[in-house]
Amino acid sequence: MTDKVLMKGNEAIAEAAIAAGCRHYFGYPITPQTEVAAYMSKRMPKIGGTFLQAESEISAINMVYGVAGAGFRVMTSSSSPGISLKQEGISYIAGADLPALIVNVQRGGPGLGGIQPSQSDYFQATKGGGHGDYHLLVLAPASVQEMADLTVKAFDLADKYRMPVMLLADGTMGQMMEPVSLPEPSEVKTEKPWAVTGTKGVRKHNIINSLYLNPEQLEKTNVERFEKYKLIEETETAYEEFMTDDAEVVVVAFGIAARVSKNAVRAAREKGIKAGLIRPITLWPFPKKPLLKAAEKAKAFISVELSMGQMIEDVELAIKCSRPVYLCNRSGGMIPTPEQVLSAIEKAKGEN
Amino acid sequence: MTEQILITGFGGQGVLFAGKFLAYNGLLSGKQVSWLPSYGPEMRGGTANCSVIISDEAVGSPIVSAPDILVCMNLPSLDKFENAAVKGAKIFIDSTLIERKAKREDVTAFYIPATRLATDAGTPALANMIITGKILKETGFGTDCIEQALKKVVSAKHPELYEKNLGAIKIGYNL
Repeated sequence: MTDKVLMKGNEAIAEAAIAAGCRHYFGYPITPQTEVAAYMSKRMPKIGGTFLQAESEISAINMVYGVAGAGFRVMTSSSSPGISLKQEGISYIAGADLPALIVNVQRGGPGLGGIQPSQSDYFQATKGGGHGDYHLLVLAPASVQEMADLTVKAFDLADKYRMPVMLLADGTMGQMMEPVSLPEPSEVKTEKPWAVTGTKGVRKHNIINSLYLNPEQLEKTNVERFEKYKLIEETETAYEEFMTDDAEVVVVAFGIAARVSKNAVRAAREKGIKAGLIRPITLWPFPKKPLLKAAEKAKAFISVELSMGQMIEDVELAIKCSRPVYLCNRSGGMIPTPEQVLSAIEKAKGEN
Repeated sequence: MTEQILITGFGGQGVLFAGKFLAYNGLLSGKQVSWLPSYGPEMRGGTANCSVIISDEAVGSPIVSAPDILVCMNLPSLDKFENAAVKGAKIFIDSTLIERKAKREDVTAFYIPATRLATDAGTPALANMIITGKILKETGFGTDCIEQALKKVVSAKHPELYEKNLGAIKIGYNL
């Protein structure tokens, strides 16, 4: 780790990706994510890497597909409307079992929406997004430090499991500056015997493909992929718990919503209300076990989101609808205040 | 201790830059800090503001909705944010550009003719740093780290700006 510097979240992603050995970036500018591309355009030429502003998001994700197939660490970044455009390519990358990092610095939607922060791509990120049976590993940073740390982790997980990983941030996380210790550059050690690097006349061809016209064969690849997903659910789920030990009201929130909620939980404790916070760091896999455990003592849950209520469904599923789950939200680029979350906690406490 | 600072004005007045300086000043003084800009399509002329939090503890929400310290560099900002300030807040007002006084009686208002002072000093774009100097004086924030923090935020490509910014901070500090 290096000395702490003040950096925007978007810049921290870019610098951490370079430290993780990523030398290929393809993107297209869009607020509030553009600093990732701007930073890469300055740095990549100096270190022998590729920065390429593609003619569109669709083109950029397919360049990612190609470089991932050649076995290199590669990424793209965008914001909500641009991520929608990338979905076909993401499905292909998942279908071809290739590692890649896709960063979504979310803004309000649907449609062109607005440019202010949002979390309303939760469904798209965690439930598929593109067509077919697949998942992305989805990581949700809640600080500039995590923007950096989870970027490195995302590349490692992508290589480990040969699958695309999404870093799901939002406009606040991208635009805010906080002190960050940047990760030290690391050597990429993952062997990629499957990569298409030229046979040099000595080995059989490697084939990168997502087309299986034989349904039995396609089914087999899907079943195998879901065995891998099961392993990931068991081993890679990550979350933070804050004051949940004796919590009667448990707030569930990620990213910027978790930052706001932590203030509210502290304020509730000062008022004598036993509140706690569970912050999913992986959104897929979703931290079902700690939620179910918290439901043993908790009387109610609150899902705090910058959306009309998307993660709330996973909260209800995780606790098997054993407790009431309330929604505390803003949408369209608005952010709940700690006071709004505090009154939701007080109301939940009063009703249960 | 947690200080929630909201700096507001027009785009182009250096609202974000002043915030970045205060954040670095806090960081170098060993505090936890966050800096969050309002970001939008406007570059110059539109409203701009930034939230800076300087704290002894980890920063929770980076959004300042009830500032302990409010800087207003134009009238629309004072109109919009005066009531949001906490009781006992310090409000710093550029009195060259804002003719009215603060309406609140439960806050301490400082009236600084920053834009005029900056123009008189030959650095008309540095009213932001004159106000910043006054903030440092009135709060005692990281006064040991001013020069170090300024070096972090002034571009290495324009070293001449360092002296000008330092001069502006001194004008505000010595008011």
